[in-house]
Amino acid sequence: MKYLPIVLANLRRHKIRTLLTVASVSLALFLFASLRSVITTLHANSQFGSAHRLVTTNATGIVFPLPMAYAAKIRALPGVDAVSWANWFGGRYGDGKSFFAQFAVDAESYLAMYPEITMPEDQRQAFLHERTAALIGTRLVDRYGWKVGQDVTLQGTIFPGDWTFTIRGVYTPTAPAIGDDVLLFHHEYFDERIGHAGIAGWYIVQIADAGAAATIAKGLDDQFRNSSAPTKTGTEQAFQAGWATMLGNVSLLMGTIGTAVVFAILLVTANAMMMSARERTGEVAVMKTVGFSDRTLFALVIAEAGAITVIGAVVGLGAAKGFYRAVNFNGFGFLPGFSVTSGTLALGGLIALLLMLASGVIPAMQAARLSIVQALRRVE
Amino acid sequence: MALVEFRDVHKAFQRDSERIEVFTGLTLDVEEGSFTALMGPSGSGKSTLLNLLAGLDRPSSGSVRVAGAEVSTMTSAQLASWRARHIGFVFQQFNLLPVLTAFQNVELPLLLTKLSKRERDERVKIALGVVGLEDRMRHYPRQLSGGQEQRVAIARAIVADPTLVLLDEPTGQLDAKSSREVLALLGRLNSEFKKTIMIVTHDPHAAEQAGTVLHLEKGTLIEREALVR
Repeated sequence: MKYLPIVLANLRRHKIRTLLTVASVSLALFLFASLRSVITTLHANSQFGSAHRLVTTNATGIVFPLPMAYAAKIRALPGVDAVSWANWFGGRYGDGKSFFAQFAVDAESYLAMYPEITMPEDQRQAFLHERTAALIGTRLVDRYGWKVGQDVTLQGTIFPGDWTFTIRGVYTPTAPAIGDDVLLFHHEYFDERIGHAGIAGWYIVQIADAGAAATIAKGLDDQFRNSSAPTKTGTEQAFQAGWATMLGNVSLLMGTIGTAVVFAILLVTANAMMMSARERTGEVAVMKTVGFSDRTLFALVIAEAGAITVIGAVVGLGAAKGFYRAVNFNGFGFLPGFSVTSGTLALGGLIALLLMLASGVIPAMQAARLSIVQALRRVE
Repeated sequence: MALVEFRDVHKAFQRDSERIEVFTGLTLDVEEGSFTALMGPSGSGKSTLLNLLAGLDRPSSGSVRVAGAEVSTMTSAQLASWRARHIGFVFQQFNLLPVLTAFQNVELPLLLTKLSKRERDERVKIALGVVGLEDRMRHYPRQLSGGQEQRVAIARAIVADPTLVLLDEPTGQLDAKSSREVLALLGRLNSEFKKTIMIVTHDPHAAEQAGTVLHLEKGTLIEREALVR
């Protein structure tokens, strides 16, 4: 502690430079935490899924619908407990600048199959019993100030026209991957409005025995193999992972560029810290003359680098954790459950530690090994 | 008994491919409580001698003993600890740490001791009182004159009560008035506080303050002159 005034005095030597260096460390670690959280959230969401739920899509691709007639056939398969279905709607609200997902779902079977979607019982009943009712996530209430009982009109993009729904319930997801910014409405109403086309975007199949998932999936797909719309069935987890894979390249690109940016900032920071230490060669020589040992000088330089990186890490990682929590960030709906995990914070702390060593050890060793006479340039 | 004993000291520097011999068998004694001035032309080895004495540099061969301790064979860690206890060093350029106050600069050597904060404070105040700067202790070096800076440097050199005070051209950067004040202070440290002082100087007035003047030329002691103050 008695050396603390020396460390603090050196940090105050060039206040703006110290401030900028701390800011650089903070920014680098904020970026690191943000980018890594995108990846961990995508990964966490790809792991979501009940072992008792299968998802059946058109084998050609998820954008191609399946006939509604498949529902009864799937339900009749051995091992299948229940079937539900959903359609991507893709409507726009207001100026369309803020996006949220909307799904037309077979309400009763869908809610029964997803106990992760929770709401007060009276709201559930109100939603189930009104054809034009909608169920919204809590985030949409926060974002638009919508209330239960309010009418909301969406402009259809895939399915044109104005679509007006009455909000009858607000759900809270118990699993982050479900997302809290989704609008659900009745598939029956959807089908009626599009002229009874009889299409479903995908089926969700509940099975009793998770161990039989592969067999049931194969049986299901075999049944429609020679139809005009062959199916592809997999576990819900595989379905989620498929979404994550679609975003995977974006994630890789972002990760690569982001990592490069972060390390570039860290290198600049390390260089600034090393320069700061190098400038004081003469002073180090004076301290050695006074009797400071190599070990003490090494510790003082490391302590200085440590103070900068610790403050930078606390500010950068703390800001990342606090900011995303405060704004309830979800990546505009693409990253439900986004959060800066403790693992990310720990890894950020480790990077800060490495930065401290990288930027501190070399000047600290130089200080420790410094030849006093050469440094003072007193050779006659 | 001599406080400082140089015995057959050789010192050579390698500058590129050239080998420069500074000392070729220098032998020298400095008595305890003495005030010795080292004089000589540039390149005569005055500062090198001071550096060897302070353990800032090592002889190529020979023995350098201070207060019975063989300095030339100590490790780097041993030398640092030894310097903290036995050597007070004053530079021509003052070399105060610019980010520390006069008080903190003087306190530096005491940080290496086991003294409590209160004991350190007391000693620093005494040292600054000896050099007449008790009213400048919260000032930073940039807020002091050259003479005041050098007096702070002297306070730093004596605060830990070292065996030997070494000064390398202490008046080289000072005006005449400040030089006189610093030299008077050194004289007082020697006569009143019985400090053994060794000073490298080109200045005859500074040398007059000493009891003994050693003349060096090309690394050889050519004259020892005893002065009466």
